Amino acid sequence: MNDGGIDTTRRRLLTTAATIVGGVGAAAASVPFIASMTPSAKTKAIGAPVEVDLSDLQPGQRKIIQWQGKPVFILRRTAESLEQLANPGPQVRDPQSEENQQPEYARNIYRSIKPEYLIMLGLCTHLGCSPTFVAEEDEHDLGPEWKGGFFCPCHGSLFDLAGRVHKNFPAPSNIIIPPHKYLTDTRVLVGDDSEATS
Amino acid sequence: MNTAARYFFALRDWVDDRFPMTQLWNEHAARYYAPKNFNFWYVFGVISMVVLANQILTGIWLTMNYKPDATQAFASVEYIMRDVPWGWVIRYLHSTGSSAFFFAVYLHMYRGLVYGSYKKPRELIWIIGMFIYLTLMGEAFLGYLLPWGQMSFWGAQVIISLFGTIPVIGEGLALWIRGDYVVSDVTLNRFFSLHVVAFPLLLCALSGAHILALHHVGSNNPDGVEIKKHKDEKGVPLDGIPFHPYYTVKDLVAVLIFAIGFAWVVFYAPGMGGYFLEAANFVPADPLKTPEHIQPLWYFTTYYAILRAIPHQLGGVVAMFLASSLFFLLPWLDRSPVKSFRYRGWKYRTALIAFVISFLSLGWLGMQLATPLYTWIARFFTVIYFLFFLLMPFYTSTDNDKPVPERVK
Repeated sequence: MNDGGIDTTRRRLLTTAATIVGGVGAAAASVPFIASMTPSAKTKAIGAPVEVDLSDLQPGQRKIIQWQGKPVFILRRTAESLEQLANPGPQVRDPQSEENQQPEYARNIYRSIKPEYLIMLGLCTHLGCSPTFVAEEDEHDLGPEWKGGFFCPCHGSLFDLAGRVHKNFPAPSNIIIPPHKYLTDTRVLVGDDSEATS
Repeated sequence: MNTAARYFFALRDWVDDRFPMTQLWNEHAARYYAPKNFNFWYVFGVISMVVLANQILTGIWLTMNYKPDATQAFASVEYIMRDVPWGWVIRYLHSTGSSAFFFAVYLHMYRGLVYGSYKKPRELIWIIGMFIYLTLMGEAFLGYLLPWGQMSFWGAQVIISLFGTIPVIGEGLALWIRGDYVVSDVTLNRFFSLHVVAFPLLLCALSGAHILALHHVGSNNPDGVEIKKHKDEKGVPLDGIPFHPYYTVKDLVAVLIFAIGFAWVVFYAPGMGGYFLEAANFVPADPLKTPEHIQPLWYFTTYYAILRAIPHQLGGVVAMFLASSLFFLLPWLDRSPVKSFRYRGWKYRTALIAFVISFLSLGWLGMQLATPLYTWIARFFTVIYFLFFLLMPFYTSTDNDKPVPERVK
């Protein structure tokens, strides 16, 4: 190269090197900003597992608790309901819970550890509204076949007493069963299933 | 030409037909010709811009977790520091950024004084810059209330009381600014709104105007000669070089060096021994008890010292206001035909050195307790500070300026 010329090879090397180093730096600097928007220590503490007492729940009764701020439905099912759940009609899309919407230990016809107690998120699998509990004896217009279950007020999906979705409704799958384990016969920990046995 | 490049140019032409993209790029970078003799004093403008970007970015993230409520504000800042992932680094980037902003802006203004950058035809650049400086002071003051610590509260109390000293309307004005009889939740809420929306918008708009005006007139340089006087046959200044890539690359190096120092403060000395974050502000605001030693942050202490030096309430406020606003008049107070310090006579050189010493000394005095001795020293420097401006028409018009070269040396 001559004195007045520009050495474009050196310029390209410098530009490339600066771009790479600068890019790595910018990427590194973006980490705190992106990570900062994940749940904080306070949020995580509030979302910790919740211990629930089931002893005051009568057959047919439901209670709602909050875990990670989400509603969790706890339903004590009657013997009659259990029998009906064991023989689901053709309207239930995934009666055996083959789709992975529950922990391994709840992959059964009742979708629970103890058949009597249903413990599931109170959120529809369509777009996250909280379904309404409609018992068989409640006033409803869900047809004479209705044996009790959940009705989503947002887009009309129906679920049975095990949170199993009915066919031909917008919700694509059964309602999620959160991780949980029994601490005693009537005390359950929702949100944590470490060392749980099915 | 390969296919990818052809598509790229086609896309560029498509955009250019609908938006002046290439034109803007050329006018402000690739064919903006800046003097070839810039020295390191010319990097503080771009550093201010980088700090502004940092303040906006970290401010957006702080706002995600901060609560502008007197009962929750202090705790929400502690929450950001302890519980929010990386919250501490984002807050320290923001708090260090405010000091860095003033650091860069003061040096940027000093550059203007040394090389006469405020002089014709750049008066408006200077005036817009002064508005940026005043807005920045307002922005810093508003933001300082938000952590709702003792210094936040009592600093706001004192500054708002300054408005209360204005005859007739003062009391009503102070009440209007606070929206309450004391600095309270109401004040905090509105300061939050102004700090995160109104003033940043103003700062961005003024910064844009500052750069537009600069690129219209062209940059000054350390020799203080107009490079547009001598152009080649294509109309390119003979002593100019395109801003991009020459100065973008140079500025990048400057920004990098600045960023290293900035990161050092953020990680190793975010409080800077009480100069960037004051100890008293780690105590929640208490309207019933003033901290023992109250002072503004370092970037306000020069004016604070002037306020304390004047033994009259309204006089002190007026002096402080004038001290920060007389800069507006520099383009007309300075009667010298010479811009740069390099070709100025001994009078301006002496005056500028005396002014800088006064400014720094007052800044230091503003951080000390006002003992009688210090007060007298502050009065001495206050007089010099004002004489720099008031006598400027005389000493600049009679100075023994040296001949200025036609071209950049």
